[in-house]
Amino acid sequence: MAAPRAELASTAALRDTMSAYYRGLGEAVEKKTAPVAWCTSVGPAELLRALGFVVHFPENHAAMLGAGRTANRYLPVAHAQGYSQDICSYLTSDIGAYLSGESPLSAFGLHGVPRADVLVFNTNQCRDVRDWFEWYGRQWNVPVIGINSPRSVGEVTEAEIGDVTRQLEALVPILERVAGTRLDSARLTTAMSAARDASALWERCLTTATHRPSPFTFFDGTIHMGPAVVLRGAPEAATYYGTLLAELEERTRTGVQAVPGESLRLYWDGMPVWGRLRALSTTFAEFRTAVVASTYCNSWIFSTLDPADPWRSMARSSVELFIARSDEPKERYIERMVKLYDVDGIVFHDCRTCPNNTNSRYGMPRRLSERLGIPTLMLDGDVNDLRCFSDEQAKTNIEGFVEQLADGRAAAGRAAR
Amino acid sequence: MRRYAGVDSGSWNTKAVVIDHDGLVLGTSVVRSGADLAVAAERAYAEALARAGCEAADISAVWSTGFGRDAVAFADGSRTELDCHGRGAAFHVKGPLVVIDIGGQDAKVIRLDANGHRLSHRMNRKCAAGTGSFLDEIALRLGIETAALDVLAAQSTEEFELSSFCTVFAGTELLTLIRAGRRPSDLAMAAYRSLMKRVIAMDVFDGRVVATGGVVAYHPTMVALLSEALHVEVTVPPHPQEMGAFGAALAARDGAVSVGPGGDDARSSRSLPLAGETP
Ligand code: SF4
Repeated sequence: MAAPRAELASTAALRDTMSAYYRGLGEAVEKKTAPVAWCTSVGPAELLRALGFVVHFPENHAAMLGAGRTANRYLPVAHAQGYSQDICSYLTSDIGAYLSGESPLSAFGLHGVPRADVLVFNTNQCRDVRDWFEWYGRQWNVPVIGINSPRSVGEVTEAEIGDVTRQLEALVPILERVAGTRLDSARLTTAMSAARDASALWERCLTTATHRPSPFTFFDGTIHMGPAVVLRGAPEAATYYGTLLAELEERTRTGVQAVPGESLRLYWDGMPVWGRLRALSTTFAEFRTAVVASTYCNSWIFSTLDPADPWRSMARSSVELFIARSDEPKERYIERMVKLYDVDGIVFHDCRTCPNNTNSRYGMPRRLSERLGIPTLMLDGDVNDLRCFSDEQAKTNIEGFVEQLADGRAAAGRAAR
Repeated sequence: MRRYAGVDSGSWNTKAVVIDHDGLVLGTSVVRSGADLAVAAERAYAEALARAGCEAADISAVWSTGFGRDAVAFADGSRTELDCHGRGAAFHVKGPLVVIDIGGQDAKVIRLDANGHRLSHRMNRKCAAGTGSFLDEIALRLGIETAALDVLAAQSTEEFELSSFCTVFAGTELLTLIRAGRRPSDLAMAAYRSLMKRVIAMDVFDGRVVATGGVVAYHPTMVALLSEALHVEVTVPPHPQEMGAFGAALAARDGAVSVGPGGDDARSSRSLPLAGETP
């Protein structure tokens, strides 16, 4: 049997960073020291931080429900409210948990999700986030505002950037009213710099996986991306990624492998299956297969954020986001990643309730497979609804894919001899 | 004479096959899997050995496949059913080819190149539509044994479509159609057509086509419908139901790379070649 996987020592610092964030959120709510904003995971967090909001990210909360495998307990509660089984299971598990009066945040001193003073969405990822926020907006009778982003963007144009820039600027008066303060441009610059610095470090962490054997996998990434999501625009994120990067670079120097005996390398497209992260990570590792990179973890790299040009650069990073693009730029992006990380194949997660972050439904796997000459695998599952995932079927699918890749390599070896 | 064996531990049936070095089938067996897959595997293996007129000691290697492949404790290696159905089909029909395997609980489409190497595979979603269970449900509604469905469909004279592909919806739709006076034979045919359409939508069929699995073994109508829809003569190799076990026996003979996470060396992922290594 392969040697056990080496755990990352930074995980302790990650826990501390995330706990401090959740506790900070709880304290602000409890003592009313700061207004509370909800923000979508790729919404204008920097702007909210600059205005002094503490920021809650419901997608992070939903991912906690998924990873803790409690989501399936809450889904029926939201379905019963008329929120379909076919829509985002982040949304339905989160609302279901709220209606059940339960939350994993209680471990950090919060009484459920923090009550928002304002909910700020960006539909660059999907329409569901807006529906999700509007539910809470009605519940609490608080404003729900946001950016209605262009979707399926081909080449990014000035028209789109201008549109989103204006929408961002239009949020300011409402946010100022809720926050009870004026936006200070110096604070915005500080938040933008923090976001840019953390993003750059996160990108460097991820690209350590270009090293063979890789010190880091997609599954590690889904855990360690926490600060990139919830602390965007706050200085703690960059501090954490400095720590993680040092460890990963040390691993590449000393040859510590995330997957002992790494033989095959894969790219993952689509959402994680939160309730099966460990099982999937173990399955791949047993086959000495490292899932070294993913569209998902890469989505929190915002390299165009520019503190000197905050509005337009925020708009640009929102518009050019992978999930908001049409298939052509998406394919070019995946192609770049396939080459950069030198992978043997691509796994497409067909996420039942998230068509927005599923790229296997309009022929992309076949097109990429033909163009890049590498096989693709389609894995049926879901981000949070485990009823849409079959352990046995996934295992056979993955094992069958590994066999195919191993046979391909063996045949290539024979041909070369 | 060197002999090899394969055991296909399926969710419904467990199949075993004993072959000689040339791939000639010496003995086969199909038993119900039941709740204890390990016991079923032993039974199927013992039966196949008896039919082949040999003992376990005569077998050079035995490999497992199927949903319960890891439960076959006596196997020397394992391969997925995706590999074994492809391997078995390619033994009989030269590639490039597309293999359709329709089992009781799942359906797969496997594409192979000219050398019999797998190019891709598709499995049906976590759902009974497009699998043998669909036919079981329809037969139940018509009040007949599944095995009798084929004979019934042969008497069909009128062609029409079942609009639902969901097994449950199709069942209730059937009741409505019976009440509306549709003939059972036409309904049986419509059920086959519905299953066929689900299967051919799983992938592109651009080479020779081979069908394996229990459904095509017992339902020639299904094969005829597939041939008609795909405009090719769909080949059903000998022992279609035992094709997975046959493929596993071939894998045992060929010493394929075992990638299964088994405990001992032969089955461990250690046998997966490292980058640059040739096995
Ligand atoms: S992108 Fe998908 S998972 Fe995320 S909020 Fe939207 S629908 Fe839900």
